[in-house]
Amino acid sequence: MFASFMTNAWISATIVAIVAGVVGYFVVLRGSAFPAHAIPKGAFAGAAGAALLGVSTLLGLAVFSVLGALGIGYLGRRGRHDVVTALALVLMLALGAAFLSRTVEYEAAIFSLLFGEVLGVSTNELLPVALMAVGCLAVVGIIFRPLMLSSIVPEIAEARGVRAYWIEICFLLVVAFATAVTVPVVGALLIFSLMMGPPAAARSVTSRPLLAMVLSAAIALLTVWLAIAASYQTNWPIGFFVGVFGAAAYGLGRGYSAWRRGRSAAARPGQLTGASGDYHDRREQVLD
Amino acid sequence: MTDIAEHAILNVDQVSVALSGRQILDQVSFTVGAGQFTGLIGPNGAGKTTLLRVILGLQRPSAGSVSVLGKPLSGRQQAVGYVPQKVQLDPDMPVRARDLVALGIDGNRYGLRLRPAWRSEAVREMLHAVDADRFADARVGDLSGGEQQRVLIAHALISRPRLLLLDEPLANLDLRSGQEIVSLLARIAREQQIAVLLSAHEMNPLLPVMDRVVYLAAGRAASGTTAEVITSPVLSSLYGYQVDVLHVHGRVLVVAGAGEQV
Repeated sequence: MFASFMTNAWISATIVAIVAGVVGYFVVLRGSAFPAHAIPKGAFAGAAGAALLGVSTLLGLAVFSVLGALGIGYLGRRGRHDVVTALALVLMLALGAAFLSRTVEYEAAIFSLLFGEVLGVSTNELLPVALMAVGCLAVVGIIFRPLMLSSIVPEIAEARGVRAYWIEICFLLVVAFATAVTVPVVGALLIFSLMMGPPAAARSVTSRPLLAMVLSAAIALLTVWLAIAASYQTNWPIGFFVGVFGAAAYGLGRGYSAWRRGRSAAARPGQLTGASGDYHDRREQVLD
Repeated sequence: MTDIAEHAILNVDQVSVALSGRQILDQVSFTVGAGQFTGLIGPNGAGKTTLLRVILGLQRPSAGSVSVLGKPLSGRQQAVGYVPQKVQLDPDMPVRARDLVALGIDGNRYGLRLRPAWRSEAVREMLHAVDADRFADARVGDLSGGEQQRVLIAHALISRPRLLLLDEPLANLDLRSGQEIVSLLARIAREQQIAVLLSAHEMNPLLPVMDRVVYLAAGRAASGTTAEVITSPVLSSLYGYQVDVLHVHGRVLVVAGAGEQV
C-alpha cells in the first residue's frame, strides 16, 4: 500500500482532497450543489472526447468542465439556474455516451473514469494537477471576502458594489478546475460526495467560517486516505469508499451536533425552550 | 426644500423612474440632514424600494439626480450603509453574528486580509453598540428576526457610513422588537450624527422618533415634518383623491374617502 508506485496516488489524492474540501465548503454555503453535480458530467464527456481524439484526458476534463461552468453561469445569469444546469448535465452525459460509443477504450478505463481509480493520475500529470489545484485555491483566496458576502447576504453584496454575476462565474470556474483535478482519482459520478459530505459535516460541528473550511478539507483528506487504503485492500472502486465515507462523515457530524444540543439542554433545563435558546448551545459549541 | 444646507447628507433632486413603461417615481425631491431620522412612508407598491435602490446606485433614474455628501452617485457607495428587506439567513450556515459584522468592514474587497486585533475590537464595539453582545457567537440563521436586524445594522454601520438606509426593517418584527430597533436607530442617528432613512408602510411606530417624513404615494413624494406632511390636503393631493388624516390617542390614521385605511 505504501509501495513506490503508490506514491503518486497518495500525493494526488491529498491534492484532490484539499481542493474538494475547500471548494466544497463554498458549494455548500452557496447552495450550489446542483452545478457541482452537473459540471463533473461535463468533465466525463470531456475525458471521453479526449480519448476519442487521442489527446490528454486531463485536457479534455479541464476544457469541458470550464465550458460547462461558463454555460451554466452565462445562461443562468438572470436568476435561478436550475433548468439550465439540468439541461447542461443531460447534454454532457449524452455527449459522453456518444464519444464513448466511438472509442475503442477498454471498459476498465471507462469504469475508472466514472467511479475513480487510485492510480488515476500518472507521474507526468502530477504537475498540471498540482498547478490547477494551486490556481483553484489562489482564486478562492482572491475572491474570498466578496464570495463570502455574496453567499451569505447577496442583497447587501450587490449594494456594496460586488458584481454577483462575475463572482458566480469565477466560482463556477473554480468548481470546474476542482472537478478536472478530482475526476481522475474519484470518478465523475462520485466526486460530488467529496464536495458535499466533508463540508456539510464540518458545518454541523462548528459555527466558525474559517474553522469550518479547514475542517472540511481535513475531513475530505481523511475520507480520501481511508478510501485509498480500503480500495487497495479490497480492490473495490475508490469512488465507492469516498461516497460511503463522505456520507458517514456527514452522519457523524449531524449526530455530534444533536448530541451536543441534547447535552447542553440536559445541563441547563428550561433555558432551551424553543428556537430562542438554540443559539446558546451553538454558542457553547463554539466556545468549547 | 430650502434647507439644503451644508449639513445635507442626502439630496434627492427631481428623481423619476420609469420601469417598462410604468412610472414608478415621479419627480421625487427631498433632503436628509446629518443626525436626522427620516421615515420613508407609503403604502405597498408606492415605490419605496425603488427609491432606495436609486439612492444605492442600483437603479438608474430616468430623470433627476441623487447626491450623497454633495457628490453625485458613483458606482460604490462607501458612505452609505444598507439593511435590505427580508434577508434569508440559513440556520445551517457556519457564520456567527460577529463574522457577518466583520464582513461589513471590507467584505467587498478582493484578496486575503490580515486579521489585526483592531478588527475584532471594532467588531466587539459595534456588536455592543447595537446591544448584540450576548448573541455575538451564535449562528446568524438561529437568531430571531429582531436579533438579525441588530446584526445587519451593525454590519451596515461598522464601515462608518454617513447615511444608513433600511428597507422595511419592521415588516417581520413583533411590536416590541420593532420598538427596540426604532429606538436603537434613533439613538445611533443622534449620537453618531448619521442620517437614517427608514422605509415603512406603517408610520405609527416611528412617530415618537421621526425628525422628518417623506411620504410616498403613487410615485410622488411630499417631505417635511410630520405636522407639515401628514395632513389631509397634502396627502389628498399626493393620492389624487380625498384622504382624511385622523388623530387617535397620539396615533395617526390615514383614511381614504371610501373609509378604508391606506
